Amino acid sequence: MTDGFQSCAITGSGGSGAVTAGMMVLDAAARAGCYGLMTRSAGPQIRGGESAAMLRFGASPVACMGDSFGILAALDWGNFFRFAGEIPLTAQTLILADPGAGKVPPQLEAYSEQIRWVNLRELADSLPGGRFNMVAVGAIAACAGLPLAAVLQAASAILRAKDAAVIDASHACISLGFQQFSSDGKEPLGKEPDGKKTTALPEVPRRWSISGNEAAGLGALRGGVRFVAAYPITPATEILEWLAPRIARLGGALLQAEDELASINMIIGSSFGGVPSLTATSGPGLSLMMEGLGLAVASETPVVLVNVMRGGPSTGIPTKSEQSDLNIALYGLHGDAPHLVLAALDIGDCVLTLHWATRLAEHLQTAAIVLSDQLLGQSRAIIDPPGLPELNLARRCMPLDQGGDYRRYQFTEDGISPISAPGVPGGSYTADGLEHNESGTPSSMAGDHAAQLAKRRDKLTRFDVGPLWAEISGEGDLCLLTWGSSHGAVLEAAATLNASGRPTRVIGLRLIAPLQRDALLAAISGTRVWVVELNQDGQLFHYLRSEAALPEHAMSFARPGPLPLRPGEILTAIAAEATDDHR
Amino acid sequence: MTTASSETATHSSTTLRAKDYKSEVKPVWCPGCGHFGVLAALTKAFAYLGLPKDEVVTVSGIGCSSRIPAYIDGYGFHGVHGRALALAAGLKAARPDLTLVVAGGDGDGFSIGGNHFLHACRRNMDMTYVVMDNEVYGMTKGQASPTTQPDWSHSKLTPRGTGVPRFYPAAIALAAGASFIARGFSGDPNELVRLLVQALEHPGFALVQVLSPCVTFRPEQKGWKQAVHPVAEPAPDDPGKAASLIQSDDGLAIGVLYAQRQPVYQPRNRAEAELAEIEAEFLL
Ligand SMILES: Cc1ncc(C[n+]2csc(CCOP(=O)(O)OP(=O)(O)O)c2C)c(N)n1
Ligand code: SF4
Repeated sequence: MTDGFQSCAITGSGGSGAVTAGMMVLDAAARAGCYGLMTRSAGPQIRGGESAAMLRFGASPVACMGDSFGILAALDWGNFFRFAGEIPLTAQTLILADPGAGKVPPQLEAYSEQIRWVNLRELADSLPGGRFNMVAVGAIAACAGLPLAAVLQAASAILRAKDAAVIDASHACISLGFQQFSSDGKEPLGKEPDGKKTTALPEVPRRWSISGNEAAGLGALRGGVRFVAAYPITPATEILEWLAPRIARLGGALLQAEDELASINMIIGSSFGGVPSLTATSGPGLSLMMEGLGLAVASETPVVLVNVMRGGPSTGIPTKSEQSDLNIALYGLHGDAPHLVLAALDIGDCVLTLHWATRLAEHLQTAAIVLSDQLLGQSRAIIDPPGLPELNLARRCMPLDQGGDYRRYQFTEDGISPISAPGVPGGSYTADGLEHNESGTPSSMAGDHAAQLAKRRDKLTRFDVGPLWAEISGEGDLCLLTWGSSHGAVLEAAATLNASGRPTRVIGLRLIAPLQRDALLAAISGTRVWVVELNQDGQLFHYLRSEAALPEHAMSFARPGPLPLRPGEILTAIAAEATDDHR
Repeated sequence: MTTASSETATHSSTTLRAKDYKSEVKPVWCPGCGHFGVLAALTKAFAYLGLPKDEVVTVSGIGCSSRIPAYIDGYGFHGVHGRALALAAGLKAARPDLTLVVAGGDGDGFSIGGNHFLHACRRNMDMTYVVMDNEVYGMTKGQASPTTQPDWSHSKLTPRGTGVPRFYPAAIALAAGASFIARGFSGDPNELVRLLVQALEHPGFALVQVLSPCVTFRPEQKGWKQAVHPVAEPAPDDPGKAASLIQSDDGLAIGVLYAQRQPVYQPRNRAEAELAEIEAEFLL
């Protein structure tokens, strides 16, 4: 644990249980008092095929996966080459491998000295109902310094729906695996007097285990969303699947749509009915939703769309991450169509960002696109439970006594018109995507168009969004400006820079449009700015340039996915520039 | 109930009249357009049923016919081309208490909105879908629509005709699982009111295909006045019988073609938990 974190990659193929093993190790780390992060990687196969779980845990919150792994546990070698690029190893990496799993792949030849053999299959076969991934869990835990009791508790929790016999067999496998690498050789396997199999662990703070997709769903529920339209797409589906049973319990509804064109229009309809509404999708679906988003903007109907980005363009790489949908989120709508674009900065931040986005959309009566990505969405973190902020942003309802003169699109000082909903007497209007006047009557007159366009722009730009527009940390003459899941790697790069005597500030943009330009200029003033992101062309960098929000000498560090950004490559880029300067 | 009729409709004590449901907005339609008749019939049906003005919502897509929400004094949503049924499904799911009328044209409903049409039929949410079928795209000035005859060669886009067989809304609705299918004619207002009342009273998805002449691009449709005729028999509640009635029909028979009670889909649930209980799931 040189950097205070322990990290571990578990790879396997064809139902070998790498992801279950990873979940168990993560859960055990949490029970031992650690924060943690686990990302998943899968190939294009539907079931079986190869999959990997990558974990990092330690005493402080984990922002990213770091630059390399301390432990590689290979359940088998099937298709290992597909992961080689995602699992950087060093001369210190400990490799756990089963001699029964066949020949070590060529990618690992240089590391053959570091391999510790453990007979996963043989040990599992020695126990009734034994499974070799459970033996691996025990072995990994021992190598990573996790207490056996925490792993056994984690196994009981994760397998709680299974028969007692399955849980007993898993406990036995874990203990056997653990004994292979624990320093004293054995921690007791026996039962406590009351029949419980686990020994007590010290009191640790109760934390949350949550994925980014679950966090996005929760944030939406906190924001008041009670209607969801759903069309499945990887990696956004889990938001919808998590929401389906829960929104029903809260008295809301989820409707499976026939396509994304339907989804976006469904939530416009439900929101028109007065119910805060959301849909979730990924790149291809976002493309289909653009016309509907424009309708929400023009008709001033609040809607929230979470776009969990994957590798693009077109169908791209559905199972892996990228930050390349910023351009379409900002510019994809036709006409002058001001709307909100937000991005969540980490898994826990998905809760806050969705909560805030929902409230902003409701208050400003517009469309909000929230960008998450596969890395956030399908990763799981151990975090402190996120607090519940008071956002006090609600739909501005029409005053009851209008004397028969209710104008839905009335001009007001701040551009926000009072809204009504079907069933409210005296509040009737026709919501319209056609240009209209204050009453909602279609109009093609230049004056009405200019006035409504200005109203819809000004209500966003004049609104004081407060401090949530960005997360700003650190002081220094170097500033790393980033968005979305890259924030984690940037924070860690900045920590290294600070420790090496290069004071660095980090800005993670949460509200990308409307851009809080003045606040941003103040926050970067006097610094050397690097804009860091995971896409080929530097989409945020060019947007900020076009908004005159960057100094002349700002630098872009952008590279495409699907491999997540690592702190080391950011540091290398900055160091290379420093060397250039001195030439 | 197989054939709801205006005779069986319950009058409420309200004194609202058809003209009370009309807004002040002046229609953009050409003089003589069939859509005027549909607007008049809809407001009469609302008055007949005594529907509270603020609890009826008219949802539409884009086209001459889709302008209708602005002309009705009540809540409305004039959305984008082809998506009215999807918007209405979301609204109904969120607000089951409202009476929903979805209105549009044959292009809007069967071409760009074709997929939503199929799924609205099978989803069977409680709403009335009024398609003003003039076998042409009126608003974009006279192109062939899915219901246009293959040899109609008056469109600049298809100067040799479409060469493609017509789309039969009633047959497709039946196959897709619709539970109420009727055909009306905008030039026969009394019968149209009767059909609309039955459709509004029908629990579930009710399709009313209204032959509504486009006097500008299909002036020959004025001849519908003489050509339409009542359906041969009372509406079957058996899909097999309805299929043979619809298959043997010349497309100009006016009346209810099929009506059957089927489970109505409505996903809204009763609250049984607090958010705090859901958040507690994350605690380790
Ligand atoms: C996405 C999109 N494509 C095309 C159009 C152009 N458009 C407007 S109305 C219309 C056809 C309307 O025809 P129909 O639904 O038959 O109604 P009618 O005008 O005949 O009443 C079309 C193609 C549009 N508004 N949006
Ligand atoms: S173009 Fe045809 S459908 Fe449109 S208003 Fe004129 S007559 Fe009616």
